[in-house]
Amino acid sequence: MTGSVPLIELRGITKAFGDLVANDAVDLRVDRGEVLALLGENGAGKSTLTRMIYGLSRPDSGVIKADGVAVSFSSPADAMAAGIGMVTQEFSLVGPMTVTENVMLSTCGLGPIDRAAASKKVAELASRLEMTIDPSAVVETLSVGEQQQVEILKALFNDCKLLILDEPTAVLVPQDVAGLFNTIRTLVTQGMGVIFISHKLHEVVEIADNVTVLRRGKTVATVPCEGLDPRQIAELMIGSPHAQEGQRQRDDNTNPGEPVLTMENLTVLGSGKPRLNGFTLTVYAGEIVGVAGVSGNGQTELVDVLSAARQPDTGSIVVGETDVTKLGVLARLDAGLGRLSEDRKSSIVPEMSVEMTLALEELDNYKHWGLLDKKAIRANANQMIQQFDIRARPTDAISALSGGNMQKVLLARSLQTKPTALVVAQPTRGLDVGACDYVYQQLEAVRDSDGGVLVVSEDLDELLQICDRIVVLLSGAIVGEVNAATTSPAELGLLMTGATGAALDQGSEVGV
Amino acid sequence: MSGIPIPRLRLRGQKPAWLTPLSIAAAAITTLLLTAAPIRIAGANPSAAFSRYLIKPLTSANGIDELLLAATPLLFTGLAVALAFRCGYSNIGAEGQFLAGGIGATIPGLYLSDLPTVLALPLAIVGGAVAGAAWAVVPAWLRRKGGIDEVVTTLLLNPVALLLVQGLLNGPWRNSETGFPESDRLGDGYTIGPVTSGSRVHWGFVLALVLIAVAYVVFRHTALGVRMSAVGQAPKAARFSGIDADTIVWRAALVSGAIAGLGGCIQVLAVQHQLATGISNSYGYTGIVVATLGGLGAIGVGFVALLLADITVGAQSASRVLALPPQMGQIVSSVLLLTVVAALVLRKFKVVFTRNEVDS
Repeated sequence: MTGSVPLIELRGITKAFGDLVANDAVDLRVDRGEVLALLGENGAGKSTLTRMIYGLSRPDSGVIKADGVAVSFSSPADAMAAGIGMVTQEFSLVGPMTVTENVMLSTCGLGPIDRAAASKKVAELASRLEMTIDPSAVVETLSVGEQQQVEILKALFNDCKLLILDEPTAVLVPQDVAGLFNTIRTLVTQGMGVIFISHKLHEVVEIADNVTVLRRGKTVATVPCEGLDPRQIAELMIGSPHAQEGQRQRDDNTNPGEPVLTMENLTVLGSGKPRLNGFTLTVYAGEIVGVAGVSGNGQTELVDVLSAARQPDTGSIVVGETDVTKLGVLARLDAGLGRLSEDRKSSIVPEMSVEMTLALEELDNYKHWGLLDKKAIRANANQMIQQFDIRARPTDAISALSGGNMQKVLLARSLQTKPTALVVAQPTRGLDVGACDYVYQQLEAVRDSDGGVLVVSEDLDELLQICDRIVVLLSGAIVGEVNAATTSPAELGLLMTGATGAALDQGSEVGV
Repeated sequence: MSGIPIPRLRLRGQKPAWLTPLSIAAAAITTLLLTAAPIRIAGANPSAAFSRYLIKPLTSANGIDELLLAATPLLFTGLAVALAFRCGYSNIGAEGQFLAGGIGATIPGLYLSDLPTVLALPLAIVGGAVAGAAWAVVPAWLRRKGGIDEVVTTLLLNPVALLLVQGLLNGPWRNSETGFPESDRLGDGYTIGPVTSGSRVHWGFVLALVLIAVAYVVFRHTALGVRMSAVGQAPKAARFSGIDADTIVWRAALVSGAIAGLGGCIQVLAVQHQLATGISNSYGYTGIVVATLGGLGAIGVGFVALLLADITVGAQSASRVLALPPQMGQIVSSVLLLTVVAALVLRKFKVVFTRNEVDS
């Protein structure tokens, strides 16, 4: 490497939580003008590492050097003072405030504030980064991509030299990803360093100079990205050759069966515009239908309405031949509906055991003289653990499981009733590659056994990989339907951002 | 330069089985150490005082008798609070519900005083339970309809209940012979007798044990119990799984009020035989402690109620024999509560020694 002093250098960083060693003697360095990608499966220790760089936690041992000086951050304020900024996945913005106010919030101290000067500085910074953001815009009216720009502005406002971006593309449509990459390139040409965390290998190859791969808390490799094949990185990440082809081959299963889930004119009114506006879609036996869309366009309401978490204002839901619109959760399950919610954490009772979590929706089937038949519950759990390859004991608390195993438990719970119509939302969010594959196999198994699956997801790669057809949701209504085998991410991205079929040819002119 | 080893707390991955008993034992020893000094200052030998507090009541039939008598109201209020807390309903109003239960038993006892026992007791007991539940209705309804925090509403109804009792006893129910603010004795049919003659332990204690046993079975071995825990720990997840959380919370609030009311009613029928302002002695508030320390479980509530009763009875004898102020018993039980809670939190951690290698 070069002889210059790196912006940040980590040597032998170790951090343990209880018996779990999250980081084990990790080394990492970022030079001026370098984009370093930090790659690893979920649980590989990426977040732990970045949290320590940003002062959110302290390493148990090891050295962090910023500009060649050993530092010990006790809070993000220390990290910011040392020129380190971070943009997390979850934005911390105050919606009703303007861009300038949000930037000032994190940077100004007590005492009088000079709005005009701050506004000017924000505008300067934005133009330096070639962002087209209006400093006086109210943040909640901005798109997700623009809000992310605000976060970046916040991080950079105080002479930041190193910017950490934690999965910045997870929430973005393809066009916004391109914009983000332009911003990153501008930053590094100005001498900054960027740590870029992503699951998406093709993005890493596109934007990063070097990539550091973590596996089970250890640094397994740091290699230049140039000329690197995504497949090689995947191998480094998971430790074995891995077939991550783009669009998966599927049988020519083009004769749909009976309708298993019919949604007719579903409307959910909100304050102002309807959240779901005349949504009509039929899922047939033997197919997987994807619902794509930028988050906040009615996906949550659609899933809520289907899982009986809220009543639609108009419209009907038919599972098989049963109209379930007015029915409760358990009656819907009886009618053949299965569900996997988008937020795993909110569909589990944290302290409940795995076996009870599996039985929770069918407790009435385990009654014996009015009492619970715990032997039968245990037997069911053991069978599910074996069938779904869940790495846990029946008595373990569900919250102690990894994300992947938790999802397997929830999947097992949904599938044990043999649903004919399965609704899943963000089924692989936060899961590692192996667990994702497993979930996909299970969804395909439902399709192959003549069930219908509705997948609501923000991950286009995922939809393209597993779906037969994809509908695009915008402002609560379907604006397009594509064949998953023949479409492209660009086409979907355009539909998701509201470009019509006519605009497809011209490409640009994208608004939300 | 590697520094000296620094002890740090780390979360344990797994909790070994011996840990909980060890934590409790450590808490007990810590309590002894902490309270030895004030006992010594008060002029008594600490080890003699502890033996009075904890051991002495258990060494005589009379002591055990007193212990079980003192534990009875705590069993009711502790169970009432535990039931509500399990379902995520923070009923801080057991005190008021307990008093309301006393009123509910007194009404028939005064106005239908001639009823024979077979009619009188069921009437008074049902009256006590219904009155306790009625005192719980308004907060429960406000929570269900308006999402209004029950902590505030149940708590604020406690002094209202006490004022109602005082108002009744200074007004229509003032004792007709003595003129003291306490009711007349209830009719003879309204007496819950001792379990054995000569004992002060009454059938109300047996009723409390039955309730504890029923609660144990419901909590641990029924679908309802599983659903209650689910609602209490994660209402959103419970709803997702088709559990009618609102109804479970509503019913838990009312049943909790009814159990606390039963406690007050039993105290009137079996101990006081009249309504007096002092019937509660903060049993409703102590019930929160009993429920929390008992881990919101039926068996835990039973044990903790007996332990607190043990210290209460022991404190009486300690103040008599060792000339310790009776408040010393409260100090010991309060310190014990704090150390047990601390021990239960600390057992989640282990201590590791690390060298801090970051140069500074």
